[in-house]
Amino acid sequence: MSTMLILGATSDIAHATAKTFVLAGWDVWLAGRNQEVLDSRARDLQVRSGRPVHTCLYDALASPWEQQRFWESLPGCPDSVLCAVGMLGDQEAARHDMDLAETILRSNFTGLVPILSLAADAFEKRGSGTIIGISSVAGDRGRASNYVYGSAKAGLTAFLSGLRNRLAKKGVHVLTVKPGFVATAMTAGMELPQRLVAQPEAVAKAIYAAVVAKKNVIYTAGIWRWIMLCIKMLPECLFKKTNI
Amino acid sequence: MHLMDWGNYPVVDTTLLRPRTIDAATEVVTRAEHLIARGLGRCYGDTALNASLVVSAEKLDEMLDFDPSTGLLVAQAGVSLAEILDAFAPRGWFLPVTPGTKFVTLGGAIASDVHGKNHHLAETIGRHIAWCDVLTAEQGVLRCSPTEHPELFHATCGGMGLTGVILRAAIRLVRVPSVWIRQQGYKARNLEEIMDAFDTYAQAPFTVAWIDCLKRGPAMGRSFLMAGDWADPDSLPGKQRGRPFAVPAVRERNVPIPFPSVVLNPLSVRAFNALYYAKAPRGTSESIVSYNAFFYPLDAVHNWNRIYGKRGFTQYQFAIPREAAKEGLPQILDRIAASGQGSFLAVLKLFGKQTTFPGNISFPMEGYTLALDFPITRALFPVLDELDAMVLDYGGRLYLTKDARMSAATVRRGYGKALDAFLEVKSRYDPHNKFRSLQSQRLGLGGAAFLLHNDHAVAAL
Repeated sequence: MSTMLILGATSDIAHATAKTFVLAGWDVWLAGRNQEVLDSRARDLQVRSGRPVHTCLYDALASPWEQQRFWESLPGCPDSVLCAVGMLGDQEAARHDMDLAETILRSNFTGLVPILSLAADAFEKRGSGTIIGISSVAGDRGRASNYVYGSAKAGLTAFLSGLRNRLAKKGVHVLTVKPGFVATAMTAGMELPQRLVAQPEAVAKAIYAAVVAKKNVIYTAGIWRWIMLCIKMLPECLFKKTNI
Repeated sequence: MHLMDWGNYPVVDTTLLRPRTIDAATEVVTRAEHLIARGLGRCYGDTALNASLVVSAEKLDEMLDFDPSTGLLVAQAGVSLAEILDAFAPRGWFLPVTPGTKFVTLGGAIASDVHGKNHHLAETIGRHIAWCDVLTAEQGVLRCSPTEHPELFHATCGGMGLTGVILRAAIRLVRVPSVWIRQQGYKARNLEEIMDAFDTYAQAPFTVAWIDCLKRGPAMGRSFLMAGDWADPDSLPGKQRGRPFAVPAVRERNVPIPFPSVVLNPLSVRAFNALYYAKAPRGTSESIVSYNAFFYPLDAVHNWNRIYGKRGFTQYQFAIPREAAKEGLPQILDRIAASGQGSFLAVLKLFGKQTTFPGNISFPMEGYTLALDFPITRALFPVLDELDAMVLDYGGRLYLTKDARMSAATVRRGYGKALDAFLEVKSRYDPHNKFRSLQSQRLGLGGAAFLLHNDHAVAAL
């Protein structure tokens, strides 16, 4: 039986992914900040799978030292780590509120470096494992509407790319997931083009298939690969004048 | 936003909220002046539409408890039947009753008191609900069951969400020997043969027939009956015998855009029906199929409702008493065939006895039920009004979950005293008619009746 540690397990994408993996026979350990929500998520997964689900408190804003303690307190070394921690934040406010900007950067990137590094070392030593990071299409190119979040996700994407390059020869699989718009708590209340909005369950299915097929980078809705390709191809002299 | 249900008719401009917790749902409902609850929007017409506020239970989708010694599953109302099957079929459990799609929520299934191919043995889903928690207009959340607030329970099962919002429910799952169905097919050349066949197969746990509603004359009512039972693991072919609960993957397809309305016309539908009938093996036949193929053939085609184009369609489903069916069904079928408007998705089934309870307006009655789709056209509504009159004359009634256009008089005559008892319970728990839908307003189900005549619907085309 394979085990997966899910960081940020109370998020909608994380929970949908947890459902998919428990139904495929995996055991999951749920890690997040809110014990009450973790408990209800765990109860849901237990009912669905008929197997116990472990929960533990984890905060990506905690110090590297605390994150190391968290890693050592786990019931064992998991076969896989899914990192679904993230925070969109208010871009307008983050222009001037540097505490907020820093929190966005830490929640989406720098705060995740300690735990991903610990997992990478452990998996490298063991010679097996899968690291799955939920990044974003927002990291493909910085835009006025979300560049603090976007730059943090760009950092995460580059970090995962580097891990993949380092660990490919050591039997460790690193998967970067780039969802587009997904109907989650993060996007609730936003006006989004409905045709481009995916359900968390569809993202979960895509992640499962990518883990099985050992894919490197996936856009969970295929259309986003082409949308972002267009956005990335646009010359900077034109791009800077757009409003997208 | 523009919101519609499965038939894409009617369309309403409204606000749709998807509360993520029971507390948030309670707050939304408490503050609203009036609203209707919605699940996955698989009712066909305006049952789950309200012009000011629709509260979706989609995000209330947590499973809460399961007792493997009894099969009792407790879940929030937004859990879909598909999710229940994904989790429990591989462990040897199945739904006690399932409609023809698994993409409905538990709450929606209760509010429609859905029936399935086993109605003659298992009745409706409400008979397998141990209890449900209903958020009422003035008394907060009430847990109701056949013994606790029984009239609220029976009015809520089949009550189209008009008694309150179902938040949680406990459903008794049933043990199955495998995830495979042993299916017997029987090709009937006319209506008489298919009616006899339903009696012949009365002991089969699951029965349903596809019927060609465009055929007139001696072959009127030609059909293909499918009878099924759970396959014993020992009877399965080698590969499946060892893993009787391994659910085979469903090959899914999608209808990406609405079809232009010319695609479905009397000629193409006639051709489809002729092909389908010709393809069915003559006499009796037997096969082993997965539960998805047997119960949910249309679920494999996502957005199949788009084949009816942007104008949408309505599903006409009626039931008439068994004793009236010999005379009534041929008359009604002939009228449908003469109209030339029926579609290829016509389903005939013999209902068994349906226990009645005070306050309950569940659709089934002992007798035959026929369901067929009609693309919305200008000429359609007068035809359906005529069919209504025939159905009522034979003592029958229409299914509210499928309806988008019947009149208040039709629902009153069809449901009779049961409807009065239901409205009495509704007025007790919802005195100010907080829970209302476009349908309940059209049909005068609670509060001051906003009687819209059918002409309005036609004029809107």
